[in-house]
Amino acid sequence: MDRTSGTSRYTIIGKLDARATTAPEGLLIPSHSVVLRDKGVLLSSVPSIHRRRFLAGTAAVTAVVALSACGAKTDSASSSDKAAKIDVSGDTVKVGLLNSLSGTMAISEVTVRNSLMLAIDEINASGGVLGKKVKPISEDGASDWPTFAEKASKLIKEDAVAATFGCWTSASRKAVKPVFEKNKSLLFYPVQYEGLEESPYIFYTGATTNQQIIPGLDYLKSQGKKKLYLVGSDYVFPRTANKEIRAYAKANGMTILGEDYAPLGSTEFSTIANKVKASKADAVFNTLNGDSNVAFFKEYKSAGLTAKTMPVVSVSIAEEEVKSIGPQYLADQLTAWNYYQTTEGAANEKFVKAYKAKYGQDKPTSDPMEAAYTSVYLWKAMVEKAKSFDPEKVKAASDGITFDAPEGEVTVDGASQHLYKTARIGKIGSDGLIEEVWNSGKPIKPDPYLKGYDWASGLS
Amino acid sequence: MNLLKGRSARAAAGFAGAAALLFAVAPLLLSDFRLGLLAKYLCTAMVAVGICLAWGRGGLLTLGQGVFFGLGGYAMAMHLKIADAGPGNLPDFMQLYGTATELPWWWQPFANPLFALAATVLLPMAVAAILGSFIFRRRVKGAYFAILSQALAAAFAIWLIGQQATTGGTNGLTDIQGFFGYALDDPVNQRMVYFVIAAALLLLIALARQLVHSRYGELLVAVRDSEERVRFLGYNPANVKLVAYVVAAGMAGLAGALFVPAVGIISPAMIGIVPSIEFVIGAAVGGRASLVGAVLGAVGVAWAKTALSEEFPAAWTYFQGLLFIVALAFLPGGLASLVGLVRRRMASQATDSEETKPVVPVGEAA
Repeated sequence: MDRTSGTSRYTIIGKLDARATTAPEGLLIPSHSVVLRDKGVLLSSVPSIHRRRFLAGTAAVTAVVALSACGAKTDSASSSDKAAKIDVSGDTVKVGLLNSLSGTMAISEVTVRNSLMLAIDEINASGGVLGKKVKPISEDGASDWPTFAEKASKLIKEDAVAATFGCWTSASRKAVKPVFEKNKSLLFYPVQYEGLEESPYIFYTGATTNQQIIPGLDYLKSQGKKKLYLVGSDYVFPRTANKEIRAYAKANGMTILGEDYAPLGSTEFSTIANKVKASKADAVFNTLNGDSNVAFFKEYKSAGLTAKTMPVVSVSIAEEEVKSIGPQYLADQLTAWNYYQTTEGAANEKFVKAYKAKYGQDKPTSDPMEAAYTSVYLWKAMVEKAKSFDPEKVKAASDGITFDAPEGEVTVDGASQHLYKTARIGKIGSDGLIEEVWNSGKPIKPDPYLKGYDWASGLS
Repeated sequence: MNLLKGRSARAAAGFAGAAALLFAVAPLLLSDFRLGLLAKYLCTAMVAVGICLAWGRGGLLTLGQGVFFGLGGYAMAMHLKIADAGPGNLPDFMQLYGTATELPWWWQPFANPLFALAATVLLPMAVAAILGSFIFRRRVKGAYFAILSQALAAAFAIWLIGQQATTGGTNGLTDIQGFFGYALDDPVNQRMVYFVIAAALLLLIALARQLVHSRYGELLVAVRDSEERVRFLGYNPANVKLVAYVVAAGMAGLAGALFVPAVGIISPAMIGIVPSIEFVIGAAVGGRASLVGAVLGAVGVAWAKTALSEEFPAAWTYFQGLLFIVALAFLPGGLASLVGLVRRRMASQATDSEETKPVVPVGEAA
C-alpha cells in the first residue's frame, strides 16, 4: 500500500537550512525519484478528508450495530434453553474424539485416541448403537487449552456430535468444561484427576482422589512409611493433589519433609534428587507428568536412591511411560492406578489381545486407555437404556449402569457422574509391566469432594 | 499532490472494502461458530498491526508480544471473573485452589470496570515503556533484543503457572460467563463481541497507518535502516524505538483483552514462547513491513491452522511448517512483497524510457 515499504531507500542528502523547513525530520528524505519530486508526501501528516469520512462511517456502522443488537443479560434465564443439536438423521451417529495429537501431550493422548477407536470399531462390528453406526470425528487439541475449547465447540456446533470423548490434562478439561455446559453436550473424561469437580455435562471415567491417591497413601501408611517427600510438575493436578496429601498426612500422623515442583517438560532434577536424598524421607510421592519422569528417575538412581531405601509412589506413570523411561530405572517402584495390563479377568484378556492385534504386539495398555475404552461402552449402555441420544435423557439413565470392564466391574454413580472403581497398587517389574501388590477388594464409591473424610473439610 | 490523493483514495477504498467484508459479508456468510473463530483471528491480526509497526517499520524483532497480550487478557478476564463472582465473593478458581479469604490487593482495583478497561491497554504500555527505556538506552538490539523479549515471555508464563491460587495457574482464567452484564453464551452477544473486535481492528489499522505515514513513521524506518546516522544527526533513536515498542504493546494488550470475551479463556498457553512466535509468524508470512500484509498474514495463518488441523488432525503440524518454510524461503518479505515486486517491475518498465532511474536500495532490512 505504500512505496517505501520493505526495503531501504533513504539517503541523507545533507543538512538543510533549519529555517527552510518547519520540521527537522525533513532532513531524511527518501531518495526514491518519484517521492523526491513531491516532498509534500513526506511532510504531510494531515489525515485526508476521505479517511476522516470513512472513519466516521465506521463509527456510525458500529453504533448502529451496537444499538440494534443486544442479547441476553447475564441475570436473565433466556440463554439457558439452547441445547446442542444432535445429528441423528442418517444411519450413523457422530461422536467427537478430542485428544492432543500434536504437542507435548501427544505421546499419551494418542494412545487414548487409539483405544477409543478400538471401542468404536468393536461397537460398530456388533451393530452400532440404537441401530446406528458410530462415526468418530477426530480433532487435535494440540496440547493447547484454548485450542481444546475451540475444537470442542466445533464438534458440538458444526458436527452435531452425540457425545465427545477425550481430554487428558486438568487444564484442558477446565478449558472445555464451560463449552460443554453452555451447549448442554456430554464429555467423557478418561483420566485420573485431582477431584473437587462435578460438572453436570462431564462423565469422569478415570479415578478421583479417593480411588487413587488416598489408597496410595493408605498403602504407604500400612507399610510404616511416616515421612514423605512430594515431587510434582508445576500445574493444577500436582498442586491440588499435594494439598490433599498434606491434609491426609496431618490427620494420619505423617510428616511432609519437602514439596518441590518442576515446570512441565523440565528435565533438570539433580537438585531435587539431592534434596530428596538429604531429607532422609521414608518414601516419595511423585505427581510428575510426562518427560520429566525420565530425568527424575535417572537422577534418583544416580543419587544412589533405590526402591528398597526410599520407594517412590507415582500416580502418572503407566505402562506406556514405563516403556519410555526404561524399566531399569523403575524396578520395584510403586504406582497407584485402577488398572494394569496384567489385571486378571477375561474382559482384560480380550481388551489387551484386541489392542495388540490392532496397533502392534509391542504396544502396552494402560489405565487411561482402559478408562477411555470403558467410557465408550458406558455411553452405549446409557443411550440404550435411555433409548435416545439426547444428553438429558442419557444423563437421567446413567445411574447404576454397570459394565464388565477390563479393570473389573465398574458402576456409574449418577449423582456425581463418576465411577465406582477398584484401587490397585502396583510394583513395576524389570520387564516393564506392573504387577498388582494390593487392591481395595471392591470398587470404591467416588467421592470427588472428599466429603467422607473429616481431614479434608477445609480443602474445597 | 496527485500521488497523495491517489494513495489516500486507495486506502479509503481499502478501508471501506474491509469494513463491508467484516461488518456485512462475514456475518451473513458465516455460522455463529465460524464467526467466533474469525473474531479470534482478528485478535491475532491486532497483535500483527503492532508487530508490523515495531518489527516491519522499526526493525525490533518482538518475540515477546505474548507478554503484552497476556497482560491485557488477564486484566480483562480478571475483571470479568470478579464480576461473575458478584460483590463480596471470590472467583471460583480462588475458592478451589486458594487459601486467601479475600481478593489479593493487587487484583482489587480490577473489580472496577473502568480501571480494568484502561489497564488492558495502559498496563502493557507502561510495562513496555519501563522495559523499553532500559533496553533501548543500553543500545540492546538485533538478536539480543529478540532473545530478551523471548526470555521475558517465558518468564512471565512460568510465573503465572506458579501462582495458581491467584492467577489460576496453568488452567488460566476460564469459564467466563458475562461481558459487562451481557451473557456470553448468547449468540447475539457473541456477534456483538465480533463487531467490537472488527471495529477495534480497523481503528488500530487506521492509527498505525497514520503513524507510518507521519514524520515519525519516516524517522522510524530511518532508525531501522541506519541507526548510527540518525543518531549522528542529533536524534535519539532510543526514543523513536520506544514509541513503536510501546504502541505495539498497547495493541497487543487490547487484542488480549478482546480475545477473552471472544474465546472465553486466557491462560499461560497464550503467553509463552510458542504463541509469541506464532504472532510474529503471521506478520512475517503476510509481509511484516506492510500493514495490509501483516493483517492478512495473521488472519490467514490462524485460519490455515484451524482448517489444516480440522482436515488432517494427525499431520497438520507438518503442513503448517511446510507452509511457513515455503512462504519465507521464497518470499522473505512476505506475501505483500509480491505486490511490490509486480508494481516495481511495471514501474521500472515505465521509467526505463525516462532519464530518472530509481536509486538501488541501500540494503535489505533485517
